[in-house]
Amino acid sequence: MSEERKLAIICSKGSLDMAYPGLVLANAARMMGIEADLFFTFWGMDIITKEKVDHLKVVPVGNPAMHMPQFVGGLPGMTDMATTMMKKEIEKLDMPPVREFLEMVHDAGCGVWACKMAAEMMHLKREDLVDEVDGIIGAMEFLEKAEGAQLLFI
Amino acid sequence: MLTKELTVALDAEGFMTNPNEWTPEIAEVMAAEEGIAPLNERHWQVINWVRQEAASSGEFPSLRAISKRSGVDTKELYELFPKGPARKIARCAGYPKPKGCI
Repeated sequence: MSEERKLAIICSKGSLDMAYPGLVLANAARMMGIEADLFFTFWGMDIITKEKVDHLKVVPVGNPAMHMPQFVGGLPGMTDMATTMMKKEIEKLDMPPVREFLEMVHDAGCGVWACKMAAEMMHLKREDLVDEVDGIIGAMEFLEKAEGAQLLFI
Repeated sequence: MLTKELTVALDAEGFMTNPNEWTPEIAEVMAAEEGIAPLNERHWQVINWVRQEAASSGEFPSLRAISKRSGVDTKELYELFPKGPARKIARCAGYPKPKGCI
């Protein structure tokens, strides 16, 4: 594997289904010896917020891949049902829950960064974020870190 | 130095195609090629556990399973098998390239 290859992933969504792609790819990159950084911004901040990380949801409303009429997805309890189902399937695949996944990618050497603007907007301080966060950084600092990297926006 | 000739089938990327042909000497040769020789006791703990697990389950374990059950955690795995532990562990243990995502 090329020593210089590098991956930077921007995670901008905070639902359970959108938390996994970035984590899986960052982890796969590290397993192959590719340098990786995760940058969390806007709704993606939920993934690294202590109070939210264990309560991310799959929301059926507005998701055409759920293959159900929109009003059904909006019925009470449907979000919790979809979330429980996805968590079960994830576990079957030997995928860790999000909190453990963050610990795993971080232990694997992946950088975990929080967006400064999103943190300020949501009134989040360093102590509100999970321990794995390496720092709260601005857009320019992120771009410096991502220099030469393949960039992915999720 | 006395060297013994080892002949095993490898795929295009240098992974063994038949794990049954594996011997501990092969692990040392693979480790040398991967730049992690000589293998120490901690490397062997991983290799032995992986071989045992793969033989009993019929599947090469995920890196997550290795980190949780071999007695060597993620951080140490990356120290022992730096820059691509999935490849290095599979090669040293005599298995084909792991296909799993985790």
